[in-house]
Amino acid sequence: MRYPGGTVAAVHDVDLVVEAGEFAVLLGPSGCGKSTLLRTINRLVEPTSGTVLIDEVDVRERDAVELRRGIGYVIQAVGLFPHYTVAENVAAVPRLLGWDRARIDARVDELLALIRLDAARYRSRRPRELSGGEAQRVGVARALAAQPRVLLMDEPFAAVDAIVRASLQSEIARVHRELGTTIVFVTHDVDEALRLADRVVVMNAGRVVQTGPPADVLERPADEFVRDLVGVDPETRRLVLERPLIER
Amino acid sequence: MSYLATHLARVGALLGEHVVLVFVSLAVALVIALPLGVLAARNARAGTVILTLTGVLYTIPSLALLALLVAVLGLGRTTAIVALVVYAQMVLIRGVVAGLRGVDPALVDAARGLGFTARQTLLRVEFPAALPVVLGGVRIATVSLVALATIAAWISAGGLGTLLFEGISTNNAGKIFAGALAAAALAIVSDLVLRGAERAVRT
Repeated sequence: MRYPGGTVAAVHDVDLVVEAGEFAVLLGPSGCGKSTLLRTINRLVEPTSGTVLIDEVDVRERDAVELRRGIGYVIQAVGLFPHYTVAENVAAVPRLLGWDRARIDARVDELLALIRLDAARYRSRRPRELSGGEAQRVGVARALAAQPRVLLMDEPFAAVDAIVRASLQSEIARVHRELGTTIVFVTHDVDEALRLADRVVVMNAGRVVQTGPPADVLERPADEFVRDLVGVDPETRRLVLERPLIER
Repeated sequence: MSYLATHLARVGALLGEHVVLVFVSLAVALVIALPLGVLAARNARAGTVILTLTGVLYTIPSLALLALLVAVLGLGRTTAIVALVVYAQMVLIRGVVAGLRGVDPALVDAARGLGFTARQTLLRVEFPAALPVVLGGVRIATVSLVALATIAAWISAGGLGTLLFEGISTNNAGKIFAGALAAAALAIVSDLVLRGAERAVRT
């Protein structure tokens, strides 16, 4: 895949299958193409060659707007609409889909409960009245509103502090367990990847260099790059795997 | 001062004409400036052309523009409105461009990624986010139109300028004072009202 005018392909020779219900984490340094790869799934980026299939259907055969309404999307900068309340932000996609008011209201309450924000207190708040962690919870609720089967998350927790990040990680792990949504998650944080993933997809310079469960990547790094990335001390990293996610 | 006191009804009527002149011009100007501003914000080349052209139009002295337009369109209110619409373009378009370019790119990315169409992204996300800046442009345009519209009386378009020109030709300081005071009051009130609107839409 190339950007228009680009001479170097941002992502190439990727052959990757994500199983339904899987939590897949694309891991790699900045500029390795992991966000670009993620954005081909909802057609925010169109590959110059190759295909992306969801349920055996080429995404390019589907209307891009309709496709995106069926795929959740969460980004690092959150991007909550500042002139909407929390409830209106969460209701954004259901409104695009023309759900009736009662159904939307019920769904908003359900989602705020899912992300553990008190509906009575938060429904009518504006995004600027939220902390970074609260804003990203609302971002996750907004992405899940129309019950997408696939959720794309692009460095969603990179902008919050370590304590909030740990709590958000537990939340998304719990949401994944409860809903069974297929998640494709981009991060450059090795601990985050090892902690959350069913399958880690390690990328470097536009290529996938290794795919496998966290334990495999730790124990049998495919090459020097992966060994350096996961760290010189796999024993310490293994503690991350053994430590259960902290529940709030 | 005595003229204002004794001819309150006439000053009021001319003020009404003035408001209509400014309001109609502003409405027409916005209908043109909004799409042009969106185009200029989206497309760098179109933006350069549009901003340069409206910038050039803005530098034409107002009296000269009116005289030129009279030669084409004749005397009257329509000609005045055309001139005011032309003058308002630069400020309004710059407001729209600055507003849209200042929108957080994350909002656009989120909206597109969630399945907003390009049109929905513009109308429901970008435009509301840009609104305070756009309204700033509207406010500045309105205040300058109130001032410019006084000159429109020179081509028989009515408004508070009528008092100024009559006052000059008959050497009646009271008339000049009444016209100037009413025009200044209108400018100040418009400014305050639109400042309020800007604050109200700021999130």
